[in-house]
Amino acid sequence: MSQNPYDKVKLARDSSRPTGVDYIKNLFKNFIELHGDRRYGDDAAVVGGVAYLNGKPVTVIAIEKGHNPKQRALRNSGAPNPEGYRKALRLMKQAEKFGRPVVCLIDTSGAYCGIGAEERGQGQAIAENLMEMSTLCVPVVSILIGEGGSGGALALAVADRVWMLENAIYSVISPEGCASILWKDSAKAETAAANLKLTAQDAKSFGIIERILSENDLGKPDFYDRIRVMLSEELDALSQDPDLLQKRYDRFRRIGADVNNEPIKGM
Amino acid sequence: MALLNFLKPKNKLEEGGRSSVPVHQDDGEPEITCPNCRKEIPVSRLWANHMVCSCGYHQRMKARQRIQLLTDKDSFTELLTGLHTKDPLAFEGYQEKLETVRTVSGEEEGVLCGTARIGRQDCCLFVMESEFMMGSMGTVVGEKITSLFEYATAHRLPVVGYTVSGGARMQEGLLSLMQMAKTSAAVKRHSDAGLLYIAVLTDPTTGGVTASFAMEADIILAEPGATVGFAGARVVEQTTRKALPKGFQTAEFVLQHGFIDRITPRKDQRALLSTLLKLHNGG
Repeated sequence: MSQNPYDKVKLARDSSRPTGVDYIKNLFKNFIELHGDRRYGDDAAVVGGVAYLNGKPVTVIAIEKGHNPKQRALRNSGAPNPEGYRKALRLMKQAEKFGRPVVCLIDTSGAYCGIGAEERGQGQAIAENLMEMSTLCVPVVSILIGEGGSGGALALAVADRVWMLENAIYSVISPEGCASILWKDSAKAETAAANLKLTAQDAKSFGIIERILSENDLGKPDFYDRIRVMLSEELDALSQDPDLLQKRYDRFRRIGADVNNEPIKGM
Repeated sequence: MALLNFLKPKNKLEEGGRSSVPVHQDDGEPEITCPNCRKEIPVSRLWANHMVCSCGYHQRMKARQRIQLLTDKDSFTELLTGLHTKDPLAFEGYQEKLETVRTVSGEEEGVLCGTARIGRQDCCLFVMESEFMMGSMGTVVGEKITSLFEYATAHRLPVVGYTVSGGARMQEGLLSLMQMAKTSAAVKRHSDAGLLYIAVLTDPTTGGVTASFAMEADIILAEPGATVGFAGARVVEQTTRKALPKGFQTAEFVLQHGFIDRITPRKDQRALLSTLLKLHNGG
């Protein structure tokens, strides 16, 4: 807790941290990857499929950054294109059809800022996920395992429960981007990181996430065992909740609903 | 009041999008240089033509002026006024910025909401305000848009929404980001109730607003030449290190790629909206 927020940013981006695929391998059994968005292509930055969690079928979707340069090139460093978000939505709709819960593992600096991404409707793809996830009739738990970069992360995080790793971050904009826009100086990223309140502890204090996951034994069997137990219990409880969708609506509805309501002086 | 506000220089207040339009005043009437044809146009003539230059270039327009242009006389009833942010992050310089922006724009926040009639058709209407931190979405904008969709759902009214936005408001951090999910969920409920939502994208519509309620309408219109996109053009250029295609992220570009329904000049919008509202209301 003595770290400054920008140290957390660096930790969250550390390429030696477990990535989405590591979590898939260690949390689930019999993962079968399913490819493609059925619209345009298959985005390697998003890995999705079906698997078992403690003996029960689930749909798993992860944003994968890769650990080394070769993997990062293949995964576009975890910056999805629209087809990645559309693949994720296709798999969520499939999960809904077959009544199995969805687990999303999020680690991205943000949706890819490319020419093709714009041509193929990056904004529309994210918007559609936000809309459709809000009424998806099966439980959704999203875990931010590293970077939670803006709309590109939120597009997989309209969930019943959102958890964050102790050193993960979740932010509306990168600290560098914020510094360059506000102060025309990307070197002020540290100041921006402090201002943006992007740590897991901040997100919890704002009521934006439910749980902070300890990084003790990060990447070791005990670490994954703990998360598997928590996930399994949470999905069981959510599966029995008759008010799931109303609660999901309310979960987001209350955020920022406490705006002041009185005339502004001088207006 | 509004005219005076418009004339004030506002370069420091702009966040993203194109730079502000310079206003010249030598002797007689103040003139504005059209960013497209570079001609100097007297402000009064531009106003009379709803901020559209004779070359066809659509300048930005204040939200209240737009409401006046669009709605039947005296039919607009503003809702959800008096909301202002708690500055939840205590973000450096944000309070001061808000004060300046309120003075310059003459508005409390980045969107106006209400009920109105457009060509005798009842609807809920929201119009975003570019002069308020480039229509960025913080908690107040998110709360107002969400509440308007909930009101429209409860009263079984269609929604017409004019977007102009640089995206989510950085100064409210994650709480701004969450407004994307919050507004989207309210749009979904409105849609699932079988109700019509028409969005009109104006210059610029980008970032978190494009990635939420701007792209979620049943029918999406745009003004000619408006910038419409997700990432900022400069960011795309820096990320890809490639030259951007001609007309990248214009309304014409997104129409060509299949993401909006029509481009409609300002002078034709009222009639088209009225026709569409009527068609969806039993003809």
